[in-house]
Amino acid sequence: MYSDEVMKHFKSPRNMGKMENPDAVGEVGNPVCGDLMRLYLRVGKNEKGENFIEDIKFETLGCVAAIATTSMITELAKGKTFKEVLKIKFGDVEKSLGSLPPVKLHCADLSVKALHKAIQNFKE
Amino acid sequence: MSQNKRIYLDYAATTPVDPEVFEAMRPYFAEKFGNASSIHQFGVEAQEGIVLARRQVADFLGCDSKEIIFTSGATEGNNTIIKGIGSNKNLTGGKKPHIIVSSIEHDCVLGSAEYLKENDLAEITFLPVNKEGLAEIGELEKSIKDNTVLVSVMYANNEIGAIQPAREIGALIKKLNENRSQKIYFHTDAAQAVNYLDCDVKRIGADFMTISAHKIYGPKGVGALFVRQGSPFSRLMNGGEQEFKMRAGTHNTPGIVGLGAAIEKVKKQGSQIEKTKNQRDRLISGIFDKISGSALNGSRDNRLPNNANFRFEGVEGESLLVSLDMEGIAVSTGSACAAKSLSPSHVLLAIGLNHLQSHSSIRFSLGRLTEDSDIDRVVSLMPKIIERLRSISGNLEGGTVERGKLPDDFGC
Ligand code: FES
Repeated sequence: MYSDEVMKHFKSPRNMGKMENPDAVGEVGNPVCGDLMRLYLRVGKNEKGENFIEDIKFETLGCVAAIATTSMITELAKGKTFKEVLKIKFGDVEKSLGSLPPVKLHCADLSVKALHKAIQNFKE
Repeated sequence: MSQNKRIYLDYAATTPVDPEVFEAMRPYFAEKFGNASSIHQFGVEAQEGIVLARRQVADFLGCDSKEIIFTSGATEGNNTIIKGIGSNKNLTGGKKPHIIVSSIEHDCVLGSAEYLKENDLAEITFLPVNKEGLAEIGELEKSIKDNTVLVSVMYANNEIGAIQPAREIGALIKKLNENRSQKIYFHTDAAQAVNYLDCDVKRIGADFMTISAHKIYGPKGVGALFVRQGSPFSRLMNGGEQEFKMRAGTHNTPGIVGLGAAIEKVKKQGSQIEKTKNQRDRLISGIFDKISGSALNGSRDNRLPNNANFRFEGVEGESLLVSLDMEGIAVSTGSACAAKSLSPSHVLLAIGLNHLQSHSSIRFSLGRLTEDSDIDRVVSLMPKIIERLRSISGNLEGGTVERGKLPDDFGC
């Protein structure tokens, strides 16, 4: 049912676990499927003075796709500026994972929302 | 995929065809291939296979051969009865009929009931069950109305294995019918029960019973419906005169012969059930011993001997299923029919679990080919798998997100 890339991330998720004293946290859930995702951010400033994601970690209680998409989005976001990161669409997450079954597209969407929420949490 | 032998623990979804059953079916594909309705020798040969199978099934259910109709499986049987009886206004003198179905029925019963409701053909009561997953006689009695024509409660549940008080329900309905002008009929879906429970329709007091071959080591796509002599009946399939004019369509001769042979085998399985039950109990105690935050869904005692449905805190069912699959171990998260849907199991919600709990559940269902070493392997692998998934989830349960208040716009 899942692509090789999804399975790879499910078997060895990147950037998984808690972060001590994160600069921001974003947590989202989907009430229907019941999945929960949490992203932790460590935020730095580059030479241009822009905020960028120095480090990122995730915790996910959810399906295989939920775990794989949060793992993938941490890879996509790490080292990027907020401006770049906010351009990531759920389609980008999906593409980087090869593909997702149609009913699991919302998992990619959820991971994007978690990232947005974390950034918003930083700004507040 | 691991090199280890694959372990199948999803017998409630389907079973492999027993080799003897397969042998019994074999001649009916290419040799005795005739159409059982044909008058010539080829037809007669096929017909003989069907006559024998009908006797085998009738003998198991304790009824007359004429009361057995072969179908394409339990879904067809259940649709036929729920829709046919549920919408039969002749039974109620023109009034809209009322039917009662338990809230943990298989999707095909619930779907048929919903169909009647949506099309304004019947009034439906979804009978709740208690925490153990059992329908309560008192509740049932309270929901009976003057226009009630049908009560449909499954004999044993497919997800949590809960064995329903079918005989008590049959007895209640019989008693009520003594003082009613308008008879209530009792239907039970016995698809999961045949392999393990006494399915004598007289002892149960059923007017209709649905069974399926592929749950009892027979082929897929064939089943039978018991229809008590003299009961009202509306057929779903129109066309030819097969099955006493109650179900049109060329006979699936190999399938029907296979169903008969599979039932014969059930009668002779001897100590197999005890063996399955012991293995299942070993699985339960092994899991409880080694994994904290684990619980059994459904009744401990009123339970099919091959079923164990667990939930694990901080773990989601599908990732657990896939993790086990990576080790070659096949289980399921609920019913196979709903495996690809996102919503939590209606059965687990009906026994009072919340969404989070029902999403953390998986079902093991054992069978004839299960070996003790399979159970040992599962019990030794499970703790590592659960631990890994819990480390990914950071045991998010009870996090800052309040599930109930989340917007419903995530595209599910
Ligand atoms: S099924 Fe909803 S996030 Fe995976």
